[in-house]
Amino acid sequence: MRIFARRGWSLLVPDGGPWYTAPTHRFDPAGAGARCPGLPCTGRRIRIDERVPMNAPVPANDPHALRPVADIDGDSLAGWGRIGVPGREVLGERLDRITEGATLSRGLGRSYGDSSLPAPGRSEVVGTTLADRILGFDTDTGLLRAEAGLSLVEMNRIFLRRGWFTPVTPGTQYVTLGGMVASDVHGKNHHVAGCVGEHIAELKIRVADGRVITCSPEVETDLFDATIGGMGLTGHILEVALRMDAIPSPWIHQTSYRVPNIDAYMDALKASAEEFPMTVGWIDCISGGRNLGRGILNCGRWATPGEAPSRPPPVKGRITMPSFFPGWMLNALTMRAFNELYYWKHLPKKKVGIVHPDTFFYPLDAILQWNRMYGRRGFTQYQCVLPNSAGRGAARRFLELLTREGGASFLCVIKDCGPEGRGVLSFPRDGISIALDIPVRRNTQQLVDTLNAFVIDEGGRIYLTKDTFTRAEDFAKMDPRIERFQAIRKAWDPDLRIRSAQSVRMFGDPPLDETTA
Amino acid sequence: MNVVFLGATRGMGRSLSRLMAERGDTLYLLGRTPDQLEASAADLRVRSGSDANVGFGHCDLEDPSGFAGALDDAFAALGRVDAIVVTAGLFDVQEALEADLEWARKVVTVNLPNTIVFCEEARTRLMAQGGGTLCVFSSVAGDRGRKPVGIYGASKAGLTHYLDSLDFRYRAEGLKTVLVKPGFVKTGMTANLKPPPFAGEPDQVARIVLKAIDRGTPCVYAPGIWRWIMLTIQHLPRFMMRRAGF
Repeated sequence: MRIFARRGWSLLVPDGGPWYTAPTHRFDPAGAGARCPGLPCTGRRIRIDERVPMNAPVPANDPHALRPVADIDGDSLAGWGRIGVPGREVLGERLDRITEGATLSRGLGRSYGDSSLPAPGRSEVVGTTLADRILGFDTDTGLLRAEAGLSLVEMNRIFLRRGWFTPVTPGTQYVTLGGMVASDVHGKNHHVAGCVGEHIAELKIRVADGRVITCSPEVETDLFDATIGGMGLTGHILEVALRMDAIPSPWIHQTSYRVPNIDAYMDALKASAEEFPMTVGWIDCISGGRNLGRGILNCGRWATPGEAPSRPPPVKGRITMPSFFPGWMLNALTMRAFNELYYWKHLPKKKVGIVHPDTFFYPLDAILQWNRMYGRRGFTQYQCVLPNSAGRGAARRFLELLTREGGASFLCVIKDCGPEGRGVLSFPRDGISIALDIPVRRNTQQLVDTLNAFVIDEGGRIYLTKDTFTRAEDFAKMDPRIERFQAIRKAWDPDLRIRSAQSVRMFGDPPLDETTA
Repeated sequence: MNVVFLGATRGMGRSLSRLMAERGDTLYLLGRTPDQLEASAADLRVRSGSDANVGFGHCDLEDPSGFAGALDDAFAALGRVDAIVVTAGLFDVQEALEADLEWARKVVTVNLPNTIVFCEEARTRLMAQGGGTLCVFSSVAGDRGRKPVGIYGASKAGLTHYLDSLDFRYRAEGLKTVLVKPGFVKTGMTANLKPPPFAGEPDQVARIVLKAIDRGTPCVYAPGIWRWIMLTIQHLPRFMMRRAGF
């Protein structure tokens, strides 16, 4: 296709021009399109009816437009989806110094979209990763106090073999403590342990006026609750005190099931939640019909000392995804093949065994930089929670809609969530959480809009940490808590000095110009 | 191993002190700011996994009059000292140093004369107890005068010179010097600079340096590739150095 395009042949789609404009942020795909005009660069054929009508034209030189990092010359900042803006991190060991006057801080940049990107008008964001000291650990209570840049991979390396583990872990260990708090991450044990915010004893935050505030569930409760899951918008998180869990051994006792379709899957998920503290499942969301939503359900608990091997889990080797990995490698055919293989790799209906904690919690961490797999145009993750009130069929309806819209996803993860946590904007609530990775294509905005309309109808909401495409008006409809959040934010930060690209895009914050900052 | 550490709160010193603490070495930290020392000492204590106390004391490279007292305290706290590590130093880019000569004077003073005085105090104490290792961080910037690191490089060149001579003069008497020449390493010190090719990570440098300390290697480049990069640069003719940007 590229070859034909270079020769000036336009086989499939005439140039559709700019295909997505958000109210304040524009995603400009032209970087990719410009190289082979008139054609989608990668991936499957685009049907004419999928094209997005041309909206107001994107100024080619809009410096604030979100775009694939591959198209940004010079320094860039991006989320995990490799879509970003020009900008740089301000790094330093002294977080208390570098956050002075700063408008946003970020950790390891694992949020998928623009949560950790500077607001339009700004190009600098504080990077916390060098502030990674452990300030204290109480071996009796498990209370860990550390600087916000401490990474979970480091925490696991130090504490796992000593019999301590974070009470809640996200699906990657390349996150910082501060980032875990800001996203109020949830894990496979959400139905029993809640989000990480439930286990935070205290936070030290630099708020917009420069003061450093210590807050906890008892002191400055509003600030504390808004910071839990507040996407770093209430202030710079400097220090975190987290109550760790004592574990019987550092190994996982895993039971996994191969499940033939979505209905059986939902039943199995509900049943295993009663039995296991940790559940999560992958489903094949490409196959339709009677195979719709077939998948593998993983359930686990910490192994008892009797079951576990006597040695500590070895450090696992990692491979790195090459930077030149071509995006076309990930197409409808290879995705289907992968889903087929992954499903049938689990040949027995049920498997039981002891597994490495990394294998259980962080399967994707085995490949460093796996986000490169999606090629130069990047990808996004769509994660929503559908409440129990939407009924048992909600997940099926979601998958049917997805397959109808052709939103083929390489990876789709489903798990059930427990009750809503204390974070004002915390994502999970009782119901079913569905997460899918979606390579960015011309129709991605339309696909997200369609899925959002469905989620609004069902009374669910999306996860800010994963989002790149949701429109402000849609978000306001699905999360009325935003009003309370903004009120608390304004109480501490009347001018909304602390802002991100996401808060400008979704919460209606005005873009930041250098004079007001 | 009992180690006295000047500069463990940041950058490569932080990484190296963590490696040492995790393998069970006893550390005593010297530095400028008490709260930073305390935080780093707590960090090392937790990482070491033992209740071993990580001591710390005040020592400012800008104030040579305090060196003797600080080292005496450290020796008193540890008993025998096997190694003294100096990673502290000042850095700024050439433009900033040229623009503010008082700042330039301070950088050079801290990096060269004051560090030499500190090393002399350390050397006499190590030799008085029969020997030991003195590990000092210089820089590849001292290997040849270059456009972007003229003033800073000059201070490090002097330090390199001095440590080489210590090795020649005292190795037979039991003093092992380990001269470390880090290339570009991504720490807080260099956070404002664009990393060149072959930039290293602090943890990677720390592993190389720890091995060198254990073996008593007199001179080590970290990451190792910088030995060959600097060898090349040292042999480039003048007309090329005038044109090159590095």
